[in-house]
Amino acid sequence: MTEVSREGQTAQDRPVSARSAIWRQFRTHKGAVFGLAVLTFLVLAVLVGPYFWDPEKLSVAQAMKVRNKPPSLQFPLGTDQLGRDMLQRMMQAGKVSLAVGFVAMAIAILFGTTIGVLAGYFRRLDGPLMRMTDMFLALPLIPLLLVMVMLFRDRIASLLGPELGAFTLIVFAIGVTSWMQAARVVRGEVLALKEREYVLAARSIGAIPRRIIWRHILPNVVSPVMVAATLGVAEAIITESVLSFLGLGFPPDFPTWGRLLFDGLQYMQLYPERVIWPGLAISLTVLSVNYIGDGLRDALDPRIRGR
Amino acid sequence: MLTFTLRRLLVAIPTLLFISLVIFLLVDLAPGSPLSDIPLTIPPDVRARMIAALGADQPVFVRYLLWLRQFFLVEPAYLFDSWFGTNLANGAQRIVSWQSRSPVFDIIGQRMPQTLTVIGTAYLVGITIALPIGIYSAYRQYSIFDQLGTLFAMIGFSVPTFFSGTLFIIIFAVWLGWLPTKYDTQLQVVDWETFKEQLRQMALPVMTLGLANAAAISRYMRSSMLDNMTQDYVRTARAKGMTERTVVLKHVLRNSMIPVVTVIALGIPSIFGGAIITENLFGVNGIGAALIGAINASDLPMVQTLAFIFAVLIVTFNLIADVIYGLLDPRIRYD
Repeated sequence: MTEVSREGQTAQDRPVSARSAIWRQFRTHKGAVFGLAVLTFLVLAVLVGPYFWDPEKLSVAQAMKVRNKPPSLQFPLGTDQLGRDMLQRMMQAGKVSLAVGFVAMAIAILFGTTIGVLAGYFRRLDGPLMRMTDMFLALPLIPLLLVMVMLFRDRIASLLGPELGAFTLIVFAIGVTSWMQAARVVRGEVLALKEREYVLAARSIGAIPRRIIWRHILPNVVSPVMVAATLGVAEAIITESVLSFLGLGFPPDFPTWGRLLFDGLQYMQLYPERVIWPGLAISLTVLSVNYIGDGLRDALDPRIRGR
Repeated sequence: MLTFTLRRLLVAIPTLLFISLVIFLLVDLAPGSPLSDIPLTIPPDVRARMIAALGADQPVFVRYLLWLRQFFLVEPAYLFDSWFGTNLANGAQRIVSWQSRSPVFDIIGQRMPQTLTVIGTAYLVGITIALPIGIYSAYRQYSIFDQLGTLFAMIGFSVPTFFSGTLFIIIFAVWLGWLPTKYDTQLQVVDWETFKEQLRQMALPVMTLGLANAAAISRYMRSSMLDNMTQDYVRTARAKGMTERTVVLKHVLRNSMIPVVTVIALGIPSIFGGAIITENLFGVNGIGAALIGAINASDLPMVQTLAFIFAVLIVTFNLIADVIYGLLDPRIRYD
């Protein structure tokens, strides 16, 4: 029976799996494909690049001789004021920048989804949780983040070391101040999903709320969460570079793109490329992530995908 | 409408109290006491008396209430006194900056005009660029102009102001040498020459902020116009034989402006936040620069007050946006 029906179908009307339908829709969005390509390139360059580009360590005397060099074969992006290879620094910095973006986004999404699901599913929690979300939305984020970094930087650095300390503090600070959009989106979705028949059916056979949420609600809020997550990465990267740009981000020996830009500012008039490379990297990452988010929104929306 | 406004006002009060509590606790729970920098040779009992004199030995909630009183009662009283020559404040303790030992609000009063000149102009420029782009993009949807507008908006969203500002400095100030890199706060506009100088030095920061704002607003304008273009009343207007100009610029535009006006009002506090970066980059001596300076100097009263003022701006403009929306769109009032 199954054999026959499978052979009877032509290639055209074979039902496509949701995943390939999403991919097909995603591919029609030119900007999204471009974004995905650029982001893949940047991630690969940052993760795999150091294995291909590993310049020998220079002694201090050698490094002093190659300060402020323009791009050449030995130093494709030139060197900085201490004779460090800019390409290598860009790759190191990119790793940290992207890591900050992804980890902060993960924290924000975790918070946001939890609060959104609780507020949407349990009527009693809805009022207080949403009131709290509104209050968080009214917080002045950049000033608050600056204050948090200023006040807690030394304490956390003494606990975890300067590098891990800065990373933990900044990622956590960005995460706990950017979950609100995700929470609102998820709450809205859950409110609608809660009234569907399959949830009613699950409840009528005696499923407990935890099981309904895990089994029936969460899988259905994945698409809006994914869109929110993509845009969250872009926002986290920008926020981190703003902090670094204002001198309150990562230490100079553990740079991010924002920090490199900040370091290059003093030499902007003589060596503008030192500002342009990190700035371009940040802008390209954010641009491609935004385009991917745009494409995902279209691809994950069944109303648009059908057409 | 009055009850609507009052209800929104009542919601704003607990929000502001919550934010003030967050800011206060954040600064208060931070490691280190206000006297951690004084020499160790000072005997413990003197140190304790110094802490008591600062009021730092009181419980947290007492200090919080005192801070609230200073912010909401004492400072407005001083402001009132300086306007009308009364003596309401009666010499009460003001919020004093640890850096300069002068009242925080005096410093803010000195800095505010710089910020308002640059930011205000930038926002106006942004709006005047954004509205025509949004209207025309929607009117000719999917045309080349629309595609370019979309690209422009996407780039405006994605390129952070600290990078676009730096690029503008490199291009217009370093390479072309047309405009000054730094903003000269001392410049007094007295005649035509200084006015031109003022315009020249404002050009770069205004361009940086203006483009970032224009990107967002033009998108809202476009999507709002598109929503209204397909409405029945537009077809009716066309069927009546009105010119295309009247249909688009009178009927559609007026209705599309409702959400856009709200977005413009909502955007004002966030550009004050964005101004922190621009002011820092161009050396505009405004409140954003004051905040960074205070943070670098660990001037906690100044930081607390400025952060809270940013919060007040956000809440106030949210309120204004709500009220404007209610005024313009009668359907919103009865939610």
